[in-house]
Amino acid sequence: MAVETLTLGKALNTGLRRAMERDDKVILMGEDIGKLGGVFRITDGLQKDFGEERVIDTPLAESGIIGTAIGLALRGYRPVCEIQFDGFVYPAYDQIVSQVAKFRYRSRGHVKLPMVIRIPFGGGIGAVEHHSESPEAYFSHTAGLKVVACSNPEDAYFMIQQAIASEDPIIFLEPKRRYWEKGAVDTALGLDAVTPLHSSRVVRSGADATVVAYGPMVKTALDAATAAQEDGRSLEVIDLRSLSPMDLAPVFDSVRRTGRLIVVHEAPGNLGMGSEIAARVTEECFYSLEAPVLRVAGYNTPYPASRLEEEYLPDLDRVLDAVDRSFGW
Amino acid sequence: MTKGATAPRRSGGSRGSGGTPPEPDYVQLLTPDGERVSHPDYSVDFSDEELRGLYRDLVTVRKLDAEATALQRQGELGIWASLLGQEAAQVGSGRALRSQDMAFPTYREHGVLYCRGIDPIMPLSLFRGVDQGGWDPVANKFNLYTIVIGAQTLHATGYAMGIAKDGKVGTDDGEAVIAYFGDGATSQGDVNEAFIWSSVFHAPVVFFCQNNQYAISEPLERQTRIPLFQRAAGFGFPGVRVDGNDVLACYAVTRAALDNARLGQGPTLIEAYTYRMGAHTTSDDPTRYRVSSEVEAWQAKDPIARVRALLTREQIASDDFFDAVDADAKAEAVRLRERVLNMPDPDPSQIFENVYVEGSPLVDAERKQFEAYAASFEGGAH
Ligand SMILES: Cc1ncc(C[n+]2csc(CCOP(=O)(O)OP(=O)(O)O)c2C)c(N)n1
Repeated sequence: MAVETLTLGKALNTGLRRAMERDDKVILMGEDIGKLGGVFRITDGLQKDFGEERVIDTPLAESGIIGTAIGLALRGYRPVCEIQFDGFVYPAYDQIVSQVAKFRYRSRGHVKLPMVIRIPFGGGIGAVEHHSESPEAYFSHTAGLKVVACSNPEDAYFMIQQAIASEDPIIFLEPKRRYWEKGAVDTALGLDAVTPLHSSRVVRSGADATVVAYGPMVKTALDAATAAQEDGRSLEVIDLRSLSPMDLAPVFDSVRRTGRLIVVHEAPGNLGMGSEIAARVTEECFYSLEAPVLRVAGYNTPYPASRLEEEYLPDLDRVLDAVDRSFGW
Repeated sequence: MTKGATAPRRSGGSRGSGGTPPEPDYVQLLTPDGERVSHPDYSVDFSDEELRGLYRDLVTVRKLDAEATALQRQGELGIWASLLGQEAAQVGSGRALRSQDMAFPTYREHGVLYCRGIDPIMPLSLFRGVDQGGWDPVANKFNLYTIVIGAQTLHATGYAMGIAKDGKVGTDDGEAVIAYFGDGATSQGDVNEAFIWSSVFHAPVVFFCQNNQYAISEPLERQTRIPLFQRAAGFGFPGVRVDGNDVLACYAVTRAALDNARLGQGPTLIEAYTYRMGAHTTSDDPTRYRVSSEVEAWQAKDPIARVRALLTREQIASDDFFDAVDADAKAEAVRLRERVLNMPDPDPSQIFENVYVEGSPLVDAERKQFEAYAASFEGGAH
C-alpha cells in the first residue's frame, strides 16, 4: 500500500509520469505543455525530467497536433495529445473523426493508432466562451473512437495509464473544474488490479432510484444522494467512466432494483449521452421502470456567459427535482 | 489625422533573419530615443496637433488597460487580456483605418477599438462574464472579439470578398478590411487558408500580425523559422515588417496597405514586431517561461516614452500637456471602473435568447420549463 492524497490534476500528472517511465515510446504533445506545464499544470515538470524530445510544445494548430500524432503513431510512438480547452478541439475534429477513428478500419486491421487525446472539459470555472464545453457526444457517436471520462483522483491516476496502454485511440475527458479536488490514490496498485478502463462503477449504493453520471457530474450526483438521504430517499449513484463503449450492465442491474433512472450530464440533453442511455435502459428494463428515464442536462443552447453558468449547469437541486419528478410519476 | 503615407508596393525587409533576430530589419520612423528617421518608402506628415493626439491615445489605452487589469485582480472581471507593450501597434493601425473600413480583432485589440471611436466599456461585459460581447459587429465596423485562434482571418477575408463583389474597391473612398492576429495564430490552418483565399480572390484585406514574441508560453521559434512577414511572398502578396513599438511607422505602413487594398491591389501582410510586456492574460504566470532581463530590454523600447521624447524635444508639448493627458486618462479610467461596477448581472432568460433567428420549439419548451423551475424556488417550495 502506498496511499497518497492527490488532487485530480496531480494524479493525472503522476499517471502520465508512470506511463512515460514504463514505455519510452510514450510522448506528450500540445500547446504550452513544456516549460509552462500546461495551462492547468497537468504536465508540470515532465519536460524537465523527460526532455523536449518526449514532451513537445507544438505550434499553435490543433489539426496539426492530431494529424502529426497519427504519423507518429504509425511510426511506433504512443502520442498523448493535450488539447488546451474543450472548445479548441474543433480545429482537429476532421483529423479525429475522419482519420484517427477510421485508420484501422480502412487498413483492414493492418495498423493501430494507440494515441490518447486529453481534453479538459465542462464548465463551472467562470471562464469566457469556448472554455466550458462538453463535446463528448460528438466523439462517442463516432465509431472507431473510445471515449472515457474520469471523475476523481484515483480514477484519473489509473485511467490515464490504462488509456495510454490501450491499443485503440482514446478521447480522454478531464473534468477541469475538479482538477483541484483531493482524494486518496493507492499508487502501489498495478493497472490490472483496478477497475478496467471501460467499466462503469457503482460509487454509492442505494435502493430507491438510480443516478448515472460521469466526469464533473459524479460529485454533483453524490452530493444529491447525500441530500436525498435526509429526505429518506436512498439513491444509487453510478459513475459511467466509459462513454464509448458504455458498460451499462451495472445500470440495468441497478434499474431493475430501483425502477427509476436519472441521467446527469452538463452537455445539452438533445441527442446527448442520456438519450442513448435512456433508449438502452428502456429496451432492457422496460418492465422494471416505474417512471420514464429522466435527464438532467445542459440546455440546448450554446454555453452561456459565465455569470449565467450556475443557472445553466445541472446542480444538486436540479438532480433532486428530477428525483421528485420520478417519484411523482 | 488626415495625411496618409506614400503607398509603396514592396516588402519592407530585405535582410530577413531567424525567429528572434537581435535587430530586425523593419520599417521605423521613430527610434526608441524619440528621434525621427526617414524611410525610403514610408513617411507620415502629421501636424503637431495630430502628434499630440497620438500621444493621448497611447496613454489613454494603456491607462484603461491597467484599470481593467486592476478590476480583474479585484474580482470584477473574470479575466483580462492586456495590451501592455502593444499600444503603438494598435493605435498606429487603428488610426490608419478610415471610417468605412472594417476591423476583425482577436481578444486583445482594446486599443484598436478605442481608436475606432468605440466606447471602451463595450468589450468589458465579455470579460466580466455578463455576455459574449453582444455588440453589432457590422454597425460598429468592428467584429466581435474572437477567441478561437485565427478564425477571424477567414471572416475578414470573406467580408473583403464581399466588398469587392459590391464594387467598393478601386476608388479613393473604397473600403478595406483589417484582420488582427498574433504570432501563434500564424500556425493555424485557418490563417494560412485566409492567406490563400485573399490572394486568389484579390481581396481588399490587410493582415496585421502583432508579433509579440509569445503565444502564451511558446516563443516565436515554435511557430516559424523565417520572419513572419516573409511568409506573404509564398502566398503571392507583399509582406512588410514594422517596428511595432513605433506608432508613426505602424500608422504609415498600415495606411499604405489599406489604401492599396481599397485601390484594388489585394492583400498585404504586416508583421508588427513588438513585445507582450505583461502576462498572456491575468490567468498566466510568465515567470515560468521568460527571464526578466528580456522584459527589461524591451522596456527600453517603450512605445509611449519615445513619443513623449519626440514631443518634448521638438517642443510640441509641454509638461502641462503631459500632466493633462495623464489626468484625463485617469478620469476616463475611473469612469470605466464605475460603469463596470454598475453593470447589471444578466437575466437568466438570456441563456435561451438568440439561439436562432426563427426560434426553436425545443429551446422554447426548455425556456418555459426553466422559468417554471426557477419560480418554484421563489415561493420557498424547495
Ligand atoms: C484554436 C485555439 N487553440 C488554443 C487556444 C488557447 N489560446 C488562447 S491565446 C493562445 C495563444 C495565442 O498566441 P498569439 O496568436 O501569438 O496571440 P497573443 O495572445 O500573443 O496576442 C492560445 C494557445 C485558443 N484560444 N484557440
